[in-house]
Amino acid sequence: MKNHIWRPLYVVLAIVLLILMFRAFYVPEDFGIQDRGYTFGFHRLSNEQEWKEFPDKYRGSSYCEGCHYDKTEVFATSQHGMMQCENCHGAAFDHPEDPEKLNIDRSREQCLRCHSQLYTPSSGRSDIPGVNPEEHNVGIECSVCHNPHNPSLEEM
Amino acid sequence: MKRRDFIRQTAVFVAGAAMSSSAMVMFDPKQVLAQRPELRWGFLVDTHRCVGCGFCVKACKIENDIPIEANVTRTWVERYVIKQDGEVLAESPKGALNGFTNKRIDQNTSGMIEVKDEDVAQAFFVPKLCNQCETPACVQVCPVGATYQTADGVVLVDRKWCIGCGYCIMGCPYGVRFFHPKEHVADKCTFCYHRIVDGGDTACAQACPFGARKLGNLRDPDDPVAKAVLYGRVGVLRDEYGTKPQVFYLGLSKEVH
Ligand code: HEC
Ligand code: HEC
Ligand code: HEC
Ligand code: HEC
Repeated sequence: MKNHIWRPLYVVLAIVLLILMFRAFYVPEDFGIQDRGYTFGFHRLSNEQEWKEFPDKYRGSSYCEGCHYDKTEVFATSQHGMMQCENCHGAAFDHPEDPEKLNIDRSREQCLRCHSQLYTPSSGRSDIPGVNPEEHNVGIECSVCHNPHNPSLEEM
Repeated sequence: MKRRDFIRQTAVFVAGAAMSSSAMVMFDPKQVLAQRPELRWGFLVDTHRCVGCGFCVKACKIENDIPIEANVTRTWVERYVIKQDGEVLAESPKGALNGFTNKRIDQNTSGMIEVKDEDVAQAFFVPKLCNQCETPACVQVCPVGATYQTADGVVLVDRKWCIGCGYCIMGCPYGVRFFHPKEHVADKCTFCYHRIVDGGDTACAQACPFGARKLGNLRDPDDPVAKAVLYGRVGVLRDEYGTKPQVFYLGLSKEVH
């Protein structure tokens, strides 16, 4: 066969080889077909470990118990006992080292997430006593009158 | 052609062909799955219990470093209001990050609509998150192998490998994927993989005061979620897409997609 056919073919082969060599260096060793097969599992295996090491921020209410026992004790048996402390105070991160104090959100919006009166007949929302935010003591933070950790109306 | 040339060319061709075909070996997922049958994460959402407080959305955003004010979120809650005349209104302001604190429903171009109590037939809340499908469309469309499914069923994104082409965002029938404004890669719910592999709960399920969200192992016959899925009446979203979603809903109605 003629040279003018072979020459471009050599060039193409050289390019393919180069790409394969680049690929061999660039693609990590653990990249490949993992547990879920080629269609769903083609990936870099060490990424699973990277996700596992993602830092936690929320600690759960049992973590608070050790230091804020006065709060957790009343709170647990109150009408609000099903909530997590961190719902209202934000994620603990490494509290009390960092941050030293958690946020205290006294905004009306915080409480209105559950207590704003809506009409939701086919939802658990209708079991929560609601107030109309445009009528119930407008402009005053709820915690001025209600104890967020023990909201019982009898103990107001 | 000289014999020497012929041999050389054949060797090159065979080497090339061998390399490319080794990258194309197909595994039968069922066969592979059978090797690790003891764990498959699944999720149960009880729409009756959801009150729309949005603490799950807040917790998810903080736990997973999703910029709090950015209009993207890994999980969200929708409010449905179905009127007596059959009209369906749905909304999810900021994904319900701050819950639902008034009766006005955001209908985009039609503005805020308030439905009179006596016109309401049903009103309820539906939390949404990644369905961690058994045959995830988003994974199939990734051109670089940056998104994948782990052996225990969670679909993850490799942030170092993602090129940000956005195919997966388009490919997901549930719209759970988005472009991370800080990381500049595709992002999605991971079932809080970093928490659940250590025996913890997902941030959203932990934050939910009413138990509307539950994570479970679908392969464990004693698991409450597995039991609900096996023996209860559960539904899934958009079954017709054939992705086999693994987030199950109690109290799903036909208006919810
Ligand atoms: C290791 C002990 C410890 C743990 C555990 C702990 N805290 Fe604290 N917390 C402290 C200390 C110490 C302060 C600072 C008190 C001060 O300066 O008045 C503080 C301050 C706070 C404050 C601010 C109080 C104020 O008066 O400004 C809040 C809110 C709070 N913690 C909530 C929590 C919550 C919620 C948890 C659980 C997620 C928690 N803490 C876990 C030790 C702890
Ligand atoms: C419903 C929201 C909510 C929840 C849930 C909640 N708090 Fe609070 N917390 C508040 C508010 C609001 C204040 C401010 C009270 C005030 O101004 O008197 C506060 C104040 C505090 C303070 C500092 C003020 C003080 O009185 O010493 C601490 C400490 C605290 N909370 C700990 C906790 C712990 C621990 C839990 C979980 C057991 C918890 N909170 C759950 C809303 C909440
Ligand atoms: C996660 C939803 C949620 C949030 C947020 C919340 N509450 Fe409640 N609250 C409830 C539930 C549920 C009850 C119990 C109702 C019952 O016992 O039937 C309750 C009870 C109460 C009650 C007693 C009502 C009664 O009729 O006995 C008051 C007052 C109250 N909450 C005030 C507050 C205040 C103030 C805040 C903000 C600091 C707040 N709540 C935040 C869910 C919530
Ligand atoms: C000025 C004091 C004051 C403030 C501020 C206040 N409340 Fe009240 N709230 C009361 C009193 C008093 C009652 C009991 C009598 C009644 O039903 O009006 C009450 C009742 C309630 C009830 C029970 C309603 C029922 O029907 O059982 C809820 C829930 C409640 N408040 C939530 C809130 C929330 C949420 C806020 C903040 C947005 C708030 N309150 C602000 C004084 C206050």
